Amino acid sequence: MMRYFFKRLFSLGLSLIVASVVIFVVVEVAPGDPATFMLGINAQPDTVAALRTELGLDQSKLARYLSWAGGMLTGDFGMSYTYRTPVAQMIADRLWVSLPLAIYALTLSTLIAFPAGIFAAARRGGSGDLAVTGATQLGVAIPNFWFAMMLVLIFAINLSWFSAGGFPGWDVGFWAGLKALTLPAIALALPQAAILTRVMRSSLLDILNEDFIRTARAKGLSARQALWRHGVRNALIPVLTIIGLQFAFLLAGAIIIEQVFFLPGLGRLIFQAITQRDLIVVESVVMLLVFAVIMVNFLVDLAYAAIDPRLRART
Amino acid sequence: MSRNLILGGALTGLFLLAAILSFTWTPDSVEAMDIPNRLQPPGAGNLLGTDHFGRDILSMLMVGARTSIAVALVAVGIGMGLGVPLGLAAAARDGGLLDEVIMRMNDLIFAFPSLVIAILITAVFGPSATNAIIAIGVFNIPVFARITRGAALSLWTRDFVLAARVAGKSRTRISAEHILPNVANLLIVQSTIQFSLGILAEAGLSYVGLGAQPPIPSWGRMLADAQTMVALAPHVALIPGLTIVAMVLGLNLLGDGLRDALDPRLKVVRT
Amino acid sequence: MSLLNIESLSLSIHDTAILHGISLRIAEGEITALTGESGSGKSMTAFATMGLLPKGTGTGGAIHFDGTDLLSLPEPQMCDLRGREIGMVFQEPMTALNPVQTIGAQVMETILVHKSMTPKMAEERAREVLDRVGLPPDRFPLSRYPHELSGGQRQRVVIAMAIALRPRLLIADEPTTALDVTTQAQILDLLRGLARGQGMALMMITHDLAVVSDMADTLNVMRHGEIVESGPTRDVLHEMRHSYTRQLFEASRHQADLGPAKADTPLLSVQSVSRDFPLPRKTLFGARQTFRAVDHVSFEIRRGERVGLVGESGCGKSTLTRAILGLEATQSGRITLDGDPVWQGGHPNLTVRRKMQVVFQDPYGSFNPRHRVARLVSEPFHLLDDAPTGRALDGAIADALTAVGLSPRDADKHIHAFSGGQRQRIAIARALIIKPDLIVFDEAVSALDVRVRAQILDLMADLSRAYGLTYLFISHDLSVVRSITDRVIVMQAGKIVEDRPTRALFDAPDHPYTRTLMAAAPRLPEDLEKTPYAPDPAL
Repeated sequence: MMRYFFKRLFSLGLSLIVASVVIFVVVEVAPGDPATFMLGINAQPDTVAALRTELGLDQSKLARYLSWAGGMLTGDFGMSYTYRTPVAQMIADRLWVSLPLAIYALTLSTLIAFPAGIFAAARRGGSGDLAVTGATQLGVAIPNFWFAMMLVLIFAINLSWFSAGGFPGWDVGFWAGLKALTLPAIALALPQAAILTRVMRSSLLDILNEDFIRTARAKGLSARQALWRHGVRNALIPVLTIIGLQFAFLLAGAIIIEQVFFLPGLGRLIFQAITQRDLIVVESVVMLLVFAVIMVNFLVDLAYAAIDPRLRART
Repeated sequence: MSRNLILGGALTGLFLLAAILSFTWTPDSVEAMDIPNRLQPPGAGNLLGTDHFGRDILSMLMVGARTSIAVALVAVGIGMGLGVPLGLAAAARDGGLLDEVIMRMNDLIFAFPSLVIAILITAVFGPSATNAIIAIGVFNIPVFARITRGAALSLWTRDFVLAARVAGKSRTRISAEHILPNVANLLIVQSTIQFSLGILAEAGLSYVGLGAQPPIPSWGRMLADAQTMVALAPHVALIPGLTIVAMVLGLNLLGDGLRDALDPRLKVVRT
Repeated sequence: MSLLNIESLSLSIHDTAILHGISLRIAEGEITALTGESGSGKSMTAFATMGLLPKGTGTGGAIHFDGTDLLSLPEPQMCDLRGREIGMVFQEPMTALNPVQTIGAQVMETILVHKSMTPKMAEERAREVLDRVGLPPDRFPLSRYPHELSGGQRQRVVIAMAIALRPRLLIADEPTTALDVTTQAQILDLLRGLARGQGMALMMITHDLAVVSDMADTLNVMRHGEIVESGPTRDVLHEMRHSYTRQLFEASRHQADLGPAKADTPLLSVQSVSRDFPLPRKTLFGARQTFRAVDHVSFEIRRGERVGLVGESGCGKSTLTRAILGLEATQSGRITLDGDPVWQGGHPNLTVRRKMQVVFQDPYGSFNPRHRVARLVSEPFHLLDDAPTGRALDGAIADALTAVGLSPRDADKHIHAFSGGQRQRIAIARALIIKPDLIVFDEAVSALDVRVRAQILDLMADLSRAYGLTYLFISHDLSVVRSITDRVIVMQAGKIVEDRPTRALFDAPDHPYTRTLMAAAPRLPEDLEKTPYAPDPAL
């Protein structure tokens, strides 16, 4: 078990290093000098040089990578080229919107998909199964941002149950904040739930064909008992993989959905940074997103081991 | 022929046809603005209505189909062209260093969703349809590599592959002669699914301005433009959205139908 | 009165008839066997009794268990009966247990699902039955997981689950088919003991006449969904009124006509070959342990010799086979064919491969489903520099197909048009086509039904006489090896323990392990026809 843990941990560290190098290199090839861009083409050469020194742009590439990567380890993401404020602070403010949104959506999607997938698998070929499968077929075809617009049209504009966008901040109160994130979370969650439901269903159907389900039935378990006691836990392994992958899509999707609801999250930050060529912000936000995805996959790996004793033993 | 296959094939065919037709004919010009005639609901003059510049929505959708299909198709091509050989190579050296390196690279790419790649490229080179193609295509590589490897690994343990090895054939030749033809079905089905995911991703990217730039029409940007008009004229948002849903649904049904027709046990992944 | 009374049971799946009016009775404490080839409907009879038939199955007739008709019993009552009154053991122990639950939890579940005991008592009972099936607490605590157990041990757990509530009827569906002979003998003993000791009725399903001949009280021979002959085992085997029973019996102990043994100049030479496999590290930084699968093995095969290699699973015979075929390198030692090394400079030696061919076990996995027979059969020509083309190639393919009893016209067909036995013929044609010096038969008849197996053994013997073949026949089955070889090599734990002419070895085995193997192998009664049936004086 410890071996498995350390192996995964090593792999996590390696992925983070390689990812950071890739991001740094891609941003490095960007044409143009941030200092010149910030000060305008007409700036005095010595002012530009001074700014370059201030931003650390005069150092070697390796030294800059090391100070960027090392800074991130200590929570120092550098200074925004545009706003001259610490990037870490800018990200932290926005993270309080984006992260809760992603987690909210993941929770919703899981809460919908597990029962729906199990329900459909238990009634394979029946009308309940057909209804669920049909709904998921539609669900995977809907672009989440368009779905978000339709939700706004119905629930905000026509019914006025929710506001059409914006975020009051958590200071106003937890429930007010949660309410503002509800429509965005639903828009994100439903298409993902459709995928997850399909995975849950097909994974469970695979397991139900296994010999040990027949053994369980021979012991006197009803079909439903066999499904719950022996099917679900074994079916979870592929489902967890997809949940891990989906988190990446939820984070990315959150960035798009934020545009629909005018939420002050990472999405708005990054699109602003792109138009203003504030590359250090882009670099840091992207690194943060990638870090989150790699971290979630690490946790998924640990969850596998908790579910499957064979994995604990093998490595 | 199953119902899925017919319905999916018909829908997909319809969109392909519309895209091809748009090269020579559209009901109206997509460049001609007609402000007095803006935001018209669907009707006799403009079959699907007009947008906020008074352009014919049907014509815009037809030309937009071109962008969506081209981006998604090339992205699938990139994914297959690089992913399949990598997957075959990894499986041929199961457990070896090459396999390990390829799979770790795959894991790494999985940590960069298309949107993140697009953000990075756009930040550096500025937005374009090419960015969207690269971003979606790169993300397709590990998808194809992984399913190819998975299917190939189980084929490598089969006796007919052992027989070919006893016959002295090289791993490369066995991969081409015995492995690839037997994973072809899986690849066909998976590529329809990646095609549909590509359409969705392209729409998302052009919605946030990271895809095709004006004046090239695209479905995602039509929706972005429609966003502020949604209360005023719901059809400008409704119709392009439903178009995307229909296209993606058609491809998915086609994929399911192909799978049922070729081999119902195929293990396709969808993320 | 019989405990189980099946009355003219008929069964069809999606309108395909599987069973046609099966009738059979089992009394308490009686061991009844159902035997027959694959597709005869024996397993379906068992699943019908358990009420675990696949969807879309239609049934007729009746299955009375203790007076209740199981076919018309509602599902909840059937669940109550399963596991409590009727237990079942399956063929494949490796997949019959839930991999993520401990064996204790799985045995206890049988008890708890029927609410027969408190959890505390259930745990004690689980411990008790595991002891009973030969899994003592010191080595097999309840907290063990299935993957930590061997196939035989897992089958014991499955049996423990089935008998935890002392059911009155136990159904065993090919319970030892996936196991080695020595393990098979132990499991059969266990099942016999349970039936005799606890008065449990036992329905044994097996394709192997020898397994049931000395175990079952009554024997039912099935073919195409019908019972063609039934009665007390000894009577059935003695009289063999039905020609099918006779065919099965004859095929089961078939001796192929090999002709006189030959041994010319040395052909294959295996000298002190060893092969190690790394084991997973136990501790984080500990040194890697290795497992020696083949341990300094040496032997020789001369031209014209027909040599058998036997041993149980894990004895190293598969590893050795792969090394001989040049599919894997060895750690030490040397394998040469006609003086040329099989493996040279980190690569398999193509000169040697031209002289060697192989026939594998699985007739369904041996062929690329996308190619036609002509292409499949001619694949080894790839090895030759001067491979025939055009008409010469067609002629070679036609000759090879004719030699194995197929028609040259079969060359244009796809492989799925052929049965398992025909596929093994095609595999032999593929092996013959380049006229190799040595053919390796790797469990080549193990997946076949007995009558087909007898035909393939005859074919091999015919070809051997006609072409003077030299072959290495690898098998776990002693009786088959006996019928088709001149010399036998016995392997145990990576080493050769005995290497002698077949007849001498079977007449008087030297090594204790060989004796164990032979004692464990189930045997058909010898020369039944010559021994007149006499009632046991003790009765």
